[in-house]
Formats: sequence, C-alpha cells, structure tokens
Amino acid sequence: MSPRLTLHVPEPSVRPGGRPDFSHVAVSKAGEVPRPRIDVAPGDIRDFAYAMIRVLDDEGGAVGDWAGALSAEQLRKGLRDMMLTRAFDARMLLSQRQGKTSFYITSLGEEAIACAHRMSLTPGDMCFPTYRQQGLLIAHGWPLVDMMCEIFSNEKDRLKGRQLSGLYSAKEAGFFTVSGNLGTQYPQAVGWAMASAIMGDQKIASGWIGEGSTAETDFHSALVFASVYRPPVILNIVNNQWAISSYQGMAGGESAKFAARAHGYGVASLRADGNDYLAVYAVSKWAVERARANLGPTVIEWVTYRAGAHSTSDDPSKYRPKGEWAAWPLGDPIERLKTHLIRVGAWSEERMKQMQAEVESEVLEAAKEAESHGTLHDGPRPSAATIFEDVYKDMPRHLREQRQQLGV
Amino acid sequence: MPRLSMVEAIRDAMDTKMAEDERVVVFGEDVGYFGGVFRCTEGLQRKYGKSRCFDAPINESGIVGVAIGMGAYGLRPVAEIQFADYVYPGYDQIVSEAARLRYRSGGEFFAPIVIRMPVGGGIYGGQTHSQSPEALFAHVCGLKTVIPSNPYDAKGLLISAIEDDDPVIFLEPKRLYNGPFAGHPDQPAVPWAKHALSEVPAGRYVVPLGEAAVRREGKAVTVLCYGTMTHVAEAAADETGVDAEIIDLRSLIPLDVDAIVRSVEKTGRCVIVHEATLTAGFGAELAAQVAERCFYALEAPIQRVCGWDTPYPVAEEWDYFPGPERVGRALLKAMEA
Repeated sequence: MSPRLTLHVPEPSVRPGGRPDFSHVAVSKAGEVPRPRIDVAPGDIRDFAYAMIRVLDDEGGAVGDWAGALSAEQLRKGLRDMMLTRAFDARMLLSQRQGKTSFYITSLGEEAIACAHRMSLTPGDMCFPTYRQQGLLIAHGWPLVDMMCEIFSNEKDRLKGRQLSGLYSAKEAGFFTVSGNLGTQYPQAVGWAMASAIMGDQKIASGWIGEGSTAETDFHSALVFASVYRPPVILNIVNNQWAISSYQGMAGGESAKFAARAHGYGVASLRADGNDYLAVYAVSKWAVERARANLGPTVIEWVTYRAGAHSTSDDPSKYRPKGEWAAWPLGDPIERLKTHLIRVGAWSEERMKQMQAEVESEVLEAAKEAESHGTLHDGPRPSAATIFEDVYKDMPRHLREQRQQLGV
Repeated sequence: MPRLSMVEAIRDAMDTKMAEDERVVVFGEDVGYFGGVFRCTEGLQRKYGKSRCFDAPINESGIVGVAIGMGAYGLRPVAEIQFADYVYPGYDQIVSEAARLRYRSGGEFFAPIVIRMPVGGGIYGGQTHSQSPEALFAHVCGLKTVIPSNPYDAKGLLISAIEDDDPVIFLEPKRLYNGPFAGHPDQPAVPWAKHALSEVPAGRYVVPLGEAAVRREGKAVTVLCYGTMTHVAEAAADETGVDAEIIDLRSLIPLDVDAIVRSVEKTGRCVIVHEATLTAGFGAELAAQVAERCFYALEAPIQRVCGWDTPYPVAEEWDYFPGPERVGRALLKAMEA
C-alpha cells in the first residue's frame, strides 16, 4: 500500500528560545574558488552556484584568484562607505522612533554588498534596487541630506512626499525608482539592458532582488528574457536569510541554492560571500566586464544575514532566536574589512575610532539640515497641489477638476 | 488615397514611426518573423531588422516588464499582447509600475510605452479570446486607454500613442481588423475598402488622444460607444429609424467630457453601449458623468446595453454580443420616456 501523503512545510532549525544554528550554511575556504575567464560558458561553471567565492580569510588575509582587485586607498573608502551607511541607518532608525518618519528599513549587516557593488559600475549604468540598497547611493557619494529629505517627506523631498521612506529615486546616480512591490524591478532591469544592446550602447543594468522574492513570477520572467536575449545585465540575489518572518527555506532555499536557479536558464551564475567587501567587488567586477564585453547576463547570489529587523514595523525576536548575528559564520562586513586593513598595515584601531566619529558627525550634520526642511509631522512639507502632478506628463482635465475640488 | 484595413492601418502606424524614429521597437509573441497572429507586424522585422522587431517569450509579465525598462532607457517600445485575455500576468507591471513610475519618481523616470492588444468578441473565441477589459485599465490612474473603431483612427491614434510620454493601452477590436461589423453575423462580411474611414493617408498624421468623434449627428438620443459598438449603434439607428447621435469616444482616458455633455444636452437622452460586462464597466463611469453633468437636461433614464455579467460563451456568442437589436430596443425605449 502507498504511504499516506504528507505536506512538507519548511521550518527553520531554530526558533526563539533555541541556540542559533547555521550548520546548514556551508562556507568555502577563502581563496578556494578560482576566478574563471569572463568568456566562460555558463555550463562550465555550474559548480560555482553551490560554492562560495571568498577572498578574506578568518585572519584578515586576502587570498586566491579574486584578491588584489582593489588598492588600500579604495578599501579605506569602502570601509568608510560601509561605516557611513551603518551610521546613516542608525540615525534614521532613531528618527523613526522619534516620529520624524513613519517607517525605516536598515541594511545592518549587509552593507558590503551594495557599497562594493556600486564601485564596480561606471556612470551611465543603472541599478534597479530594492529597499535595502541605500549603500548604492551612499557609496556613490549621493548627498545624505537628499536621502533624508525623502525619508522625512519634507518640502525638499524631490519625490514630493509620495513615497514611503527609503524608496528613493536618483537617476543621476544610476538608481532607479524603488517600487515597494517586490520583484517588479527585475524584468525592468533586463529590459533596460536590452535597450542598451538595441541601441548599440555600452551601458549595463544591475537588477536587485531578495531571496524571498525570487519566488515571484517576475524573477522567472527576468531570467527567461535574460536567457533569450542575453542582455548586459547583472541579476543580484541578496540572500539575507530572512523575508520578514519567512526564512530562506520558504522561498525554496532548502531544496536548492538560489544561484542554481540560473542553471535552468543557461545563465552564468556565481555565489559569493556577501560580507566580504573584496569578494563582492571582485565578483561584481567580473560580471560587469562580462556584460560590457557583450557576453551576457550573470546571476550572483550574495550570501549575507539581515542583522536588523525587516523594518521598523517588525520584531524579529518573535520568530528567530537571539544571538543569530553573532553566530553568523560570515561575520560582520565592517569588522572583516577593518581586520584586513589593519593586517596589511593600512589601518589602525585609532584611525577606526576617528573615522567612526567622523561618519557619525557627518550624519548628524546632514540630519540637522534635513530636519530644518521639515519632518513627517512637523514643519514644512510638500504642497497638497503636488498630489495631482506627475500622474501624467500633462495634467488632464479630470485631475485639474479634482485639484480644484481640493481647493488648491 | 490608399484604402487600408484596420490591420494594415495599425501596421502602417508602426512602420511610419519606426522609419522616422530609431527608438521605436516592436515586440511580442509571434510578432517578429511571422508578423503576428493577426498580421499587424508583418514585414516589419524584414524592413527594420531583428533588434527593432522581434518575438518575445510567452510571458506577459516579462513583455510588459522589459518594455518598461526599455521605455525608462529612452526607447519607445510598442509591445503586443496576443489577446487582451492574456494580459493579466502583466497586469501588475502595468498597474504598479508603468502607471506609477513618473509619479513615484517625482518625474525622473517614466514609461513611454504602448501596449497593444486585440479585444472583443464576434470571432467565436469564447472566454479566452473575446474579453473587453478596458475598465480594468481606465480605472488605473497614470494610464491612457484608447480604442479605435476604424482604420483612419487606428493609425492616427496609434501614432499619437507612440509619441505620447505616458503609457498607453491600445485596444484593437479584433472583429474590426478586416472589415466593419454591425453585429449581423449572418450577413456577408464587408471589407474595409468600401468604408469611408478606410481612406488612410500615407505618412505621419495624428488623431489626438482625448477627442471623441461624432459618427452621426442626431437630435433624438445620444449613443456613447467605442470600438465595434460604434458600427452596431449605427446599424441600430438605421434599423429603428431613431435619429440617434452616435459618439465614438475613441479614447476612454483622457475622456472627451465636453463632447458627451454637448450631445446629451442637445438630445436629453443617453444610451451607453459596450461589449464588456455591465457591472462596474466603463459605462458606469459614463452614466455617472452624464448624471453629474447633464441631470437637468435628461428626459429619460440613462440606459446601458452591455455584455452580460457572465464569461463570454462560444455557441451562444450572439446571445451574448450586444447586437443592433438590443441596442435598437434601448433606443426605442429611450424615446418612449
């Protein structure tokens, strides 16, 4: 007789009250995974979707084929970018608690991915980010005040108070308007890259998605189109283990690596340590060179850990054990880069302290200036008349009538 | 002047724009080498190359999603959805993305895209090849929704749509592709060549979005309609002898409210006709507009003649289709009041 059928509902190995356990996260030895030629056939690097490209070892050494891509000066900038991002997040989290905005999302623990990836791109390229890639803007040098004005929805908010906090848009910085609907930006990134190829240009697109949203149709739509037209696009999957309260197994991560999803589409795919600034830069650069050389798309799974809550509306203590971040085998990206820089004699604890004070003061100054233009419930804010603008390029009659009804 | 079918006029619009603007690209399922299941893109790939006219995978969320990306890049993509009935996987991209980019980015990004799709019944296509989902688009702020009823308008409206900086949903009544259709399936098919509006000028011209056309002037009752129903309404007026004024809206959003008000204030009576299902259809919006703006001019209740609130059947197609007899009855009833 056949057995009675049962439904498999994935469940993380530990819940609140338990001891953090990451024994399921296989960590490759730093330097172990080689760097293939950029014109490698996707089918020849299938193993790379199961391995983990790492440059920094546990002692702060930089080892293997992927090392040596950045100078000490570039690495110090990378360290600063990550520290600035973390300080920015901390300040904005506090601002949310103070009621200056309704909502905030930090990128705590995964700063290396956006900050290092940004450095691999050139002006004219376009990122299609999610809501946790503020590091792209910060590493680009985008004004913090401008970002904060969006967060505070004040009179200087270029988005006129329309978007939830953190859903930036900065065309000049190659940063596409963040949707808030999950996954929709992925096929758009592919389409943007197709357009570059159609026009015979040199620009590339970089699309972003979380491991949770790889379950969305749009992820697969993007992969199909990337597979068919081979446009110059990088498809980043940030696997930070958690989608609000759903662990990565609920998106299929228990059955296969997210990077391996590219195999069915014949798209080149790599998996890398997302908390290793050097690895993120080197792997991104590989994909950028490949795309720029008309060799097609690359999927990259960045393995990291969402150290903070999903958002200010979330309380992770309800669904995951305390102390997970401390137990996370890939550590803290800032600590790891600091250790490396000190080890190679390009940094010191003293300079670290100075830089920490410097970025905190930079954020504080920016916050003061942004707050002088208003916060969500206090001070100047965008005029109500702007509600009716930008729905269409030119305001149609029915919106003019509605604006009159509102009396503005 | 050349006489074109609706298919030829639509193709001519794309051809005209592709010739003068290298940013115009055309794609969709079976659109490239084969030229589309209704032949609207026939010859375009041969003429403009594979990177400007190409086949797409069977994936509507992808088709719309990549069109948005291309539009944001600066191209003018014209994406074909093979049947409007298949658009729903792409609906999220249309509603949450194409329609919102400009607003949510404070004007930094926008999607100047056209999404073409055949709509309506009359071809024994059943519930997966006959739908008229215009209300689902007209309800979404940020979209423009257009539906031509003849070759001249089809070309002029499509050129306007391609040149427009906002996303345009371009609905093509498939029963009109190869000839006008007044709703008498038992009568021989008539080619467009005998219809005055099949005279289509060569080269670029536009029919502006948001301007209705008076197809027939009349004093007794206003008929508000679009697409195939324009021809049905004309037949109903002929067959009943009611002196109806027939307004072909052409564009639902933006809506030519002035044309509607002008006519209803003159006639004092209003019948609204569409093929889409009745409840919460675009006719409900039209009825509300007429009630709000023309209440004191009305001599009779506003009537709607629409598809029944059921899926579109095959064998019972002509019991479903709002044909001239049903429209005629409404015209006569309007005159009784």
